Amino acid sequence: MTVMELPARTRNESTAWMLVFGAWLIASVSTLGALFFGEVMHLPPCVLCWYQRIFMFPLALILPMGLFPFDRKVVRYALPLAVLGGLFAAFHLLLLAGVIPENVQPCTQGVPCSETVIEWFGFVTIPLLSAAAFSIITALLIATHLRGSK
Amino acid sequence: MKQKTLFIVAAVVLLLAFLGGALAYKGEKRDQSAQLADLNREALVRMHSPTLGKADAPVAIVEFLDPACETCRAFYPRVKEMMAANPDQIRLVLRYAPFHEGSDKLVAVLEAARKQGKFWPVLEALLTAQADWAPNHTAQTDLVWKHLEGLGLDLAKMQADMNSPEIASVIAQDIEDARTLNVTKTPEFFVNGKPLPSFGYEQLKALVDEALLSAQR
Repeated sequence: MTVMELPARTRNESTAWMLVFGAWLIASVSTLGALFFGEVMHLPPCVLCWYQRIFMFPLALILPMGLFPFDRKVVRYALPLAVLGGLFAAFHLLLLAGVIPENVQPCTQGVPCSETVIEWFGFVTIPLLSAAAFSIITALLIATHLRGSK
Repeated sequence: MKQKTLFIVAAVVLLLAFLGGALAYKGEKRDQSAQLADLNREALVRMHSPTLGKADAPVAIVEFLDPACETCRAFYPRVKEMMAANPDQIRLVLRYAPFHEGSDKLVAVLEAARKQGKFWPVLEALLTAQADWAPNHTAQTDLVWKHLEGLGLDLAKMQADMNSPEIASVIAQDIEDARTLNVTKTPEFFVNGKPLPSFGYEQLKALVDEALLSAQR
């Protein structure tokens, strides 16, 4: 028996798999990146960075559990993490931009969150990378969910 | 099956990239600190630095030390061991890096003891009793004095000397040199001007052995 044409359902399934896989890739790169900044470059993370880590690190572990065997329910568990992490990243960005005044920020001791530690190409900062990662993961997970309901 | 392969390949690539990046970063940092030490040789040893061992010993260990630092305390006897194992071959130069809270006062105690010719016994007494006068990593000068009894010191004179501008300038110079050489942790060692490739007793020993060997040639 030869495989002629994959049934639409299976194709849909493997697209959804790729979407979750993509989300995992981003979560893993972010996790390793955060560990690189902290453990290799010895940049101390600020309080807001820690909250974003709390939501990013588990994504790198939970997403692959939904990949083998593929279980689209992983979206239900991963999406809240991605959205909440994204909110922290957005808050961090607003703080850096000065939209949220200094005295509202939660970190008074240690490394101030309003400090820019890294700036690549003049605009890429750690909170920006974090916000981008959480947004893309959220988008991929929502896309996975929509594929399933079709 | 294909999906599994894709996942495993991606995971391995990510991990290798992380490890490779970490190694490259560390290597670059190491080269940078070696260059820094090379460019700032005069910041390594000052006229005022306390020195142990023969002046013309071929191997010079420069140690940035904080009297309140536990790791410095742990390293001190091992450095002494190395010196004892190679008589007249190693010279130890101490620099101050008072990073702990209150440590600068302790350095002043050491410098005041030095005026009475008792630097090394006082350093050793302080390191031995470290846990007692540096609770919670905070150096407390008040708790120091009772550990200095019996060393034949004029404690009243020491307390007066501690505030001398001369001692303050020694401390300021050492802190400035530490900054120049990018010394951010204690103890930090330089063996014949070379920084440790990475922190650890074995690394220090290897560097000293290498210097001893090249001195014999």
